[in-house]
Amino acid sequence: MLVLYGRTSLTSRLSRQQSETVTDFSLPNRDTGHPLSSRDSQSMIRLENLTKNYRAIQALKGVNLQVKEGELFAYLGPNGSGKTTTIKILTGLANPTSGDAYVHGHHVIKETLEAKKQCGLVPQTINLDHELSVQENLDIHGRLFHMPSRERAARIDELLDYVGIKERRNSPIKHLSGGMKRRVMVARALMHAPKILFLDEPTVGLDPTIRRRIWSLVKNIQQSGATIFLTTHYIEEAEFLAERVAFLDEGRIVAVDTPQNLMARLGVWALDEIVNGNMETVFFESREAANRHLVEQQGGFTLRRVNLEDVFLAVTGRKVAP
Amino acid sequence: MRGCLAIYRRELLILKKKFFRQLASMSVGPLLYLVAFGLGMGQGVQVEGRSYLEFLIPGLVAMSSMTQAFAIASEINIARFYWRIFEEFQAAPIRNIAYVTGEVLAGTTRALLSVAVIILIGLLSGVVLTYHFFFWLAVVLNSFLFASLAVCLAMVVKSHADQALLTNFFITPMAFLGGTFFPVDRMPLWAQQILNVLPLTHAAKIIRSTAFGSAPDIFSYLLLAALGTVLFVLAFLCVNKAKE
Repeated sequence: MLVLYGRTSLTSRLSRQQSETVTDFSLPNRDTGHPLSSRDSQSMIRLENLTKNYRAIQALKGVNLQVKEGELFAYLGPNGSGKTTTIKILTGLANPTSGDAYVHGHHVIKETLEAKKQCGLVPQTINLDHELSVQENLDIHGRLFHMPSRERAARIDELLDYVGIKERRNSPIKHLSGGMKRRVMVARALMHAPKILFLDEPTVGLDPTIRRRIWSLVKNIQQSGATIFLTTHYIEEAEFLAERVAFLDEGRIVAVDTPQNLMARLGVWALDEIVNGNMETVFFESREAANRHLVEQQGGFTLRRVNLEDVFLAVTGRKVAP
Repeated sequence: MRGCLAIYRRELLILKKKFFRQLASMSVGPLLYLVAFGLGMGQGVQVEGRSYLEFLIPGLVAMSSMTQAFAIASEINIARFYWRIFEEFQAAPIRNIAYVTGEVLAGTTRALLSVAVIILIGLLSGVVLTYHFFFWLAVVLNSFLFASLAVCLAMVVKSHADQALLTNFFITPMAFLGGTFFPVDRMPLWAQQILNVLPLTHAAKIIRSTAFGSAPDIFSYLLLAALGTVLFVLAFLCVNKAKE
């Protein structure tokens, strides 16, 4: 048995792993979220002591992070943890209160136009022009990113085919389903062939079938060479898609590493059981160890594999999903 | 420049989609005023040596170019609060000045379209006036000014309700008191002093005088141009502020 997932014993286990502000869940040769040299050319996204205040509310409290080229990076945290604020700063929709943010080496404030050219954004809320058709939405985006006419036309054809809505190119947005609108948003974000694609809760409110279709699309985009920065509070989404994960809690990054490494710190198997009316989770390195524990088990239980939700709960004492 | 054209094109596309609805909406107001004030109340009335209908048409041109240019604020609000398309513009590599210019151009285009509708209604009512360069310059300056004001206020307001409130407080009083339906110099002196501060009073004055073939008042042109420029710069600053 590795650890009791009850609130008190959990904290004591984690205290051994925690640094002052960031839980050291990262591999030794990986970036751990410390300030990085601005000369590091490999990083596509770099945040240095980034803070953001909305009047009295501190949305970000000194975030340090680096995302490498071609990486599919998931930024996980509960609602209000600062995920969208980070994306807004990186894509030029908000200014940081202090600290620096770089996109493909361009400072988001000092070189804002260059930085914006590198980014494609799929925001959390659908922000398509409902009066216009699918093609017109993409065309306006291409114009905003200074694409020549011929290039725009070819790219629209290519992308509508890619996201599987070629036959709806002349349909007004208002006639499309939620899933189709999401795909149009992905196509629009890819119009100008950005180096980094920001996906802010891309599957929120979608049914499981469409969600999986979006996941496949995201995987394909990454395989084509793009760097993807994904925020989500769907744990399974991050587990399925991400190569590396950062946990954000109340404006601070509390852990950064690969999902596998993060989960391995807790064990392989998790046993949820009711003890004195409270649910507790116990982690095991092997199924056999779990089975041995189960012999002594009296009440109801669930044996399952460790997931990222367990890690988040372990780090923060709270769940990711609302 | 390309960013500005992209914004302008988007507004034109939306205008095109709603063209007949827009045209109908642009025609209803002036038609009602023409029937009520021109053909009803103003029948047989002479103002400044002309029939009331002749007096009214340039006033309606001034009023309509103001309201239609200002109506771009509603389009911006819908894009900002309802469809959230403003975010798409903010995330694009275009300068805020390009955004403001595109929206002001769109507002001015709507205003010119509404002026064309009024001139047509006037012609159908048998009113023939002079529409030369200085007439159109006055219309463009008036539209530019109110489109800039519209962008400015659209960035400041926090909801559609706020926008309606601003229209009620600024635009509606000006529409009725800015020399549209009656000559300002018939008002008491203290009222004239207040009304002469309103940009629409100057717009109505120069639009009317050029439509009647008289020499335009250069001061009013300069005033509209200066105020329009100030509001344009303010609009730019407000877009910067709206980012947050």
